[in-house]
Amino acid sequence: MKKISSWGRLNAAMHEAIYLSDTSSLAAILSRNKPALPHGMGRSYGDVCLNPDGKLLLTQGLDKFIAFNHETGRLTCEAGVLLRDIQQLMIPRGWSLAVTPGTLWVTVGGAIANDIHGKNHHHFGTFGEHIVGLRLRRMDGEVIDCGPQKHMDWFAATVGGVGLTGLIESAEIQLRPLPGPWLETEMIAFSNLDEFFSLSQAQDVAWEHNVSWFDCMRFGRGLFMQAKIGEQLPIQSKRSHSFTFPKDLPVSLVNSYTLKYINNLYYHLKKSHQGQRNMHHMDFLYPLDGILMWNRLYGPKGMYQYQVVLDKPEALHEMLIEIKKSGQGSCMAVLKTFTHRTPIGMMSFVKKGVTMALDFVNLGVKTRSLLARLDKITLAAQGRVYLAKDACMSRELFEQSYPNLETFLKYRDPGISSGLSRRLMD
Amino acid sequence: MKQYIIIGATSSIAEHCMRLWQTNEAIAFTLVGRNQEKLNRIAQDLQVRQPKTCIQIHIVDFKDPQAIESLVETIYLNTTPDLVFIAQGWLGEQRQCQESLTYCKEMLEINAISPLLFAEAFAKNMSKANKGHLVLIGSVGGERGRKSTYIYGAAKSCMAHYAQGLQHRFAHSAVHVTLVKPGPTQTPMIANLQLSTNPASVQTVAKQIMEGVRKNKRVIYTPGRWRWIMWIIRHIPAVIFERLEL
Repeated sequence: MKKISSWGRLNAAMHEAIYLSDTSSLAAILSRNKPALPHGMGRSYGDVCLNPDGKLLLTQGLDKFIAFNHETGRLTCEAGVLLRDIQQLMIPRGWSLAVTPGTLWVTVGGAIANDIHGKNHHHFGTFGEHIVGLRLRRMDGEVIDCGPQKHMDWFAATVGGVGLTGLIESAEIQLRPLPGPWLETEMIAFSNLDEFFSLSQAQDVAWEHNVSWFDCMRFGRGLFMQAKIGEQLPIQSKRSHSFTFPKDLPVSLVNSYTLKYINNLYYHLKKSHQGQRNMHHMDFLYPLDGILMWNRLYGPKGMYQYQVVLDKPEALHEMLIEIKKSGQGSCMAVLKTFTHRTPIGMMSFVKKGVTMALDFVNLGVKTRSLLARLDKITLAAQGRVYLAKDACMSRELFEQSYPNLETFLKYRDPGISSGLSRRLMD
Repeated sequence: MKQYIIIGATSSIAEHCMRLWQTNEAIAFTLVGRNQEKLNRIAQDLQVRQPKTCIQIHIVDFKDPQAIESLVETIYLNTTPDLVFIAQGWLGEQRQCQESLTYCKEMLEINAISPLLFAEAFAKNMSKANKGHLVLIGSVGGERGRKSTYIYGAAKSCMAHYAQGLQHRFAHSAVHVTLVKPGPTQTPMIANLQLSTNPASVQTVAKQIMEGVRKNKRVIYTPGRWRWIMWIIRHIPAVIFERLEL
């Protein structure tokens, strides 16, 4: 047994960790009757990737590429391949993943299971839209090859199915052509949420990526950042050295005393770079990948991440008031609008509206009661909380906000269980 | 094109080394192992990562000296390898070694006898060709016997002793011998162990092996801190050492 925690580091539960270096050994593992859960890089925040006291099937060893067609950009690989490896290999060849989240340290399997989205949602939708096919292995040994053209129901249940339909063994991904890693970027400061909404609405479709950072303690002043493919410089790769956040800190560096200063500093430093400039995509799309283990910043008790999608701006205002009142805040506060584009997965998070993501240092009951109040606002506004980030949403909110839940449950693998499934579904 | 022979090519460390070696140039790899399917999977992966790489696969009985000898002869009939990496290994369980001599024998065969026989067969041919770089895997666990892993440690210290001898033998030739001593590494071997130290990532270990081999180092401790940790452990007086739970 081994202690394993998720990215939020809220708790480290004991797991029987089984490292899969290939799937031939799976049968022997699966014959033992404790429920298992596939686990990639563990970069989701709450309990979606954990199975306390159960088995975890670690997929990092399923990291083989299987085939690549240079003409069509179709890549087949095992589920433990990191998005970082795909990008490093394929961008110099003129191809790229169409959709990536804010970090490349995730596996293909994890990206499918959470149907992740990126800063270019309005152009490319979610990760699942670019999967041409996948191989699913149920815990009873059955193999299901599914995709948009084949066993569509299994495919829709597995994309965004948070690992509960079976082990994703491999996937065929349609890459997109990309001339290189350099982006033309623009940053615009805004002083309140209304300005953010008008900037988002007025955005030019030519800008492929956009995302906003905002100061949740100052009623939404922030920075709107957008990017599109820019003039390519001869340098392909950047940032070969990254900084690893050293040991666990005894206390969180983000707290009510420091937060105001951190947000102020960040806002003014970034604001001085307003305007257009050329940036490497690593710096624009994955700024936090430069600091490995940045989650240690939040101290030994870990953090909650709250990501919600709402299509009522007034609900967002209400949340910010609630957060300000609680005195707890976030320095990594992100806003992005999703356009109307229905994702393929039954349990996918994305829907039309604006999504807000916030980190909260874990202060125990105080933080959980704040999150419960935010959940109430979400419930009233018919919003939805992202399963990849969630650690404490109520069953009521979950059942209301994921309308395909009942259909999805028919595709669950009885040999799989997770902290999240026990909390919200069983 | 450089010719690299990888024995025990399904080893996680070997696989990551191959990925690195072929990053900037195409290499002709000969993968030697016991399981065709697993080797095919690795070959496919290397080929996608570097389309210009050439890969051959050989299946051999790792415990049969004649099979080993004839495989090495066949390889030398066709080519003169630039590098031979002997990477097979198996951590096994110490307690089972104490219970069963058959298990104990298996442990010694996989970790010491088989790699040594391969190395000896290659050494003979490298000596004739006066060319080649032989890379062997030892372990920091082979530096001082301790109750939790002394059979594995004994096999690995055998490799260290052997490598020393070979280095002496080839001291005045163009043949190089490198012994790699990895600390705990994130490989399938230790997936379910709760360790007191953070295991190094296999990517880091592979990178340091590649660097060390490029510089023709005799011994590569990876990560490097294990050189100093093991120096201390070797020098702890027995009366104290025997009280430690190691």
